[in-house]
Amino acid sequence: MLGEGHEVSCLDEDPEAHTRLEVGLDKGWEDLGGRFTVGTGLETDALLAAGIESADAFIASTNGDNTNIVIAQIAQRRYEVPTVIARILDPLRAEWYRQQGMHTICPTRVAIDMLESAVREGAAREAV
Amino acid sequence: MYVIVVGAGKVGWNLARELLEKNHEVTVIESNRRRYLTVEQELEHNVTYGDASELWVLERAGIQRADLVIAVTGDDEDNMLICQVAREKYEVKQIIARVNNPRNKPHFDLLGVKPSVSATDLILRLLEHEVPEYGLVHLLDLQEEQLEIIEMLLGKDSGVTGRRVGDLSMPEGSLLISVLREGKGFVPNADTVLEVGDEVLAVLDPGREDDLKQLFGPAMGNGSG
Repeated sequence: MLGEGHEVSCLDEDPEAHTRLEVGLDKGWEDLGGRFTVGTGLETDALLAAGIESADAFIASTNGDNTNIVIAQIAQRRYEVPTVIARILDPLRAEWYRQQGMHTICPTRVAIDMLESAVREGAAREAV
Repeated sequence: MYVIVVGAGKVGWNLARELLEKNHEVTVIESNRRRYLTVEQELEHNVTYGDASELWVLERAGIQRADLVIAVTGDDEDNMLICQVAREKYEVKQIIARVNNPRNKPHFDLLGVKPSVSATDLILRLLEHEVPEYGLVHLLDLQEEQLEIIEMLLGKDSGVTGRRVGDLSMPEGSLLISVLREGKGFVPNADTVLEVGDEVLAVLDPGREDDLKQLFGPAMGNGSG
């Protein structure tokens, strides 16, 4: 999204995490205009430093469902970010929070659907 | 009453013990296998193994018929979300959440997870009560009702001693309800004259403490008490 000209700010507890963002890039993440803040999503100071108050979209995609659900709600309710998306691995909770009006992405659900259709396609090809 | 306690640490285990002694029906949910096996030796069928962040674990523990859910794990996010789904999805009437890091307290409030209890807060309350310089003691906070009752001890340098209650300009949204003098309490009227050593009780809208502190605390210019 940075490549498309959007302003992108990343928040991660690992100070070295930006090196992952830089794989395949010829310059550093911050040299390319990206923002990077060290901290956790539950720290108000870190969220502010990352610029949550002026964000048009907020994506909560840490490796913990609980953290994502909590910070997505913080972004939604406290900072009123217009677009908030949360990654939730647990399909049951992803579904329930979706019903509560949260935009959720459930990679587990997506993988299940893809695997299922791959199996069906395979079976269909077999039958021919 | 049917109570679900999430987290079988020191807090959860002892809580469960107390509740069982009082003849409540209790299920403790613990996600650490080893801890579960330890606690299970005592609590037997009253403890179940699983991650209470997962809805099916809560359902298996019978959350639909729970009267009270208490989340006391060492993880604030877990406690917050368990209580949030307990209340909003399963319509459990009463929840109590433990706050491990007091800085997370605003997040609990934001998610509507109330009441929440933090050990730091409790110690602070105790400190207010035990250490007189603090001056102001919270007796009761009714968050939902937006009301609190506080107690203040009038020291030698208080700006209101020797004055009639009727002459005090009480801040808006506050009311003096009682005076404790020499171990006896009474309801003051406009002619009551406040004395050094009086403990006064006031009911107030939240956020008015500072105004009251200013009025009842050390008179301006006398230095800090």
